[in-house]
Amino acid sequence: MSESRIVLSVRDATLRFDTRTIWEGLDLDVRAGEFIAVLGANGSGKTSLLRAILGQRPLERGTIELLGEPIARGDRRIGYVPQQKLADQGTPLRARDLVALGVDGDNWGIRLPSRARRAAVDALLAAVGATAYAAVPIATLSGGEQQRLRIGQALAGDPVLLLCDEPLASLDLAHQQGVSELIDQQRHERGFGVLFVTHDINPVLPMVDRVLYLAGGGFRIGAPDEVLRSEVLTELYGAPVDVLRVRDRILVVGTPDEAHHDPEPASVGTLYEEGVP
Amino acid sequence: MNSLFDFTDFGALVALEQNSIIAGAVLGLIGGLIGVFVMTRDMAFAVHGISELTFAGASAGLLLGVGVTTGSLVGSLVAALIVGVLGVRARDRNSITAVLMPFGLGLGILCLALYSGRAANKFGLLTGQIVAIDAPQLGSLLVIAGIVLVGLGVVWRPLMFASVDADVAIARGVPARTLSIVFMLLLGLTVAVSVQIVGALLVLSILVTPAAAALQLSSSPVVVPVLGVVFGVVSMVGGILLALGGSVPISPYVTTISFLIYLVCRVVGWARSRRGRDGRIVEA
Repeated sequence: MSESRIVLSVRDATLRFDTRTIWEGLDLDVRAGEFIAVLGANGSGKTSLLRAILGQRPLERGTIELLGEPIARGDRRIGYVPQQKLADQGTPLRARDLVALGVDGDNWGIRLPSRARRAAVDALLAAVGATAYAAVPIATLSGGEQQRLRIGQALAGDPVLLLCDEPLASLDLAHQQGVSELIDQQRHERGFGVLFVTHDINPVLPMVDRVLYLAGGGFRIGAPDEVLRSEVLTELYGAPVDVLRVRDRILVVGTPDEAHHDPEPASVGTLYEEGVP
Repeated sequence: MNSLFDFTDFGALVALEQNSIIAGAVLGLIGGLIGVFVMTRDMAFAVHGISELTFAGASAGLLLGVGVTTGSLVGSLVAALIVGVLGVRARDRNSITAVLMPFGLGLGILCLALYSGRAANKFGLLTGQIVAIDAPQLGSLLVIAGIVLVGLGVVWRPLMFASVDADVAIARGVPARTLSIVFMLLLGLTVAVSVQIVGALLVLSILVTPAAAALQLSSSPVVVPVLGVVFGVVSMVGGILLALGGSVPISPYVTTISFLIYLVCRVVGWARSRRGRDGRIVEA
């Protein structure tokens, strides 16, 4: 991994909301083919980091470069897979049409029939295992099927970097596994880096190369075993936090947003989520 | 019953009402197309609100003597911009529409009450009329429809992207905010034309029903707009031709035809889904 090229380089980046500092002095390199999980409390700026990389949120200080050039809005080389949330009934699109939007949906005008685009869409559908439901209206697809299409749509731009914002949210366990394995397989095949924002690292733990943990305005980067430790997170949060390993799962207990009646599961597989007393 | 259907001298009437028939066909065309986006962007209620403000504009145009067409255009564009700028999220949009709608109706009724001209014009703005459309009027309708057609043609693909999956479209560099304003302006123009033909209260029958019916039959991005146009044109032209044989306004005919089309499509769609035909390939 160490010899692959750096696709994304974040240097000394600081993000502020009004007067609140979200994170400060963030340094991050994402290499080709690398899978980095982005973890942290709610409001720690995980999604904001993705928005900054997409060029939608200006930094207070610092730089973000894609392949050595400053990032620009709408760069096709960055794929984006957001939380599952697609139009419902009343949308004239089938599965293949959603993927086709990834190929040329940003072009002006009406789409004219093209054999090349059809072949490209067919190949993308096959790559994400969606050939069987290519002609099904997107509104009737399951959440897992929609996320596979989103990944196919993102692959259409031949990305060097894939940004995923909670792509497993509201999927059942089988689909969580299927979708994360698809991302894992594609990053090995195509060699793009992955920044994967998640509140629960467990579904992707086997494939994660490094973890970026954001909390309390600071951050830690490293292998999961280096970062997801009680003393590391306690220092980051500035409050006692315990990291437990139960069977092959990692549980983080005592993060501040657990105490703050937050409706979202706050951190890396919190206890109440697992049903442990 | 004779006031509903009486087709003596039908040929002569068709020749006389040629302008109305052309106007109806053009409205069916742009209504069927823009209806696809009204459905995808979930804006049926907003369309109704815009049409009530268009009614206010048209009534004011009548009262002030600047003309119904100009009044409609001002009313519909102002309303469309207000809804577009303040109603980015669906919840905001619904409440803004609900606030604007009764105000528009009230304003329109006030203008009509003060207007001392012919009474038929008053009622017509709400429920439609088959007034003989004169050449300049038809000309302005065709120009507006042309702008809508060209505009939709240019923004079609990125607008669909932004309507279905705004976050991903924006990440790809689609100017979703600008497109949404452009769409509202095109919608406003279409409503302005519709109000003058089918009336403010019945605009939905031509801007929503045909596309909604088409969506019952298909999810193809090509088939749905084509069917929407066919249903729109059949409703409008069919309604006008039937109205020629009676003494009631065209709107009951138009709304009934478009409703019946919707009903049939709904039954066909339901029967298809009962047979489990959603296009999924099941391995034997």
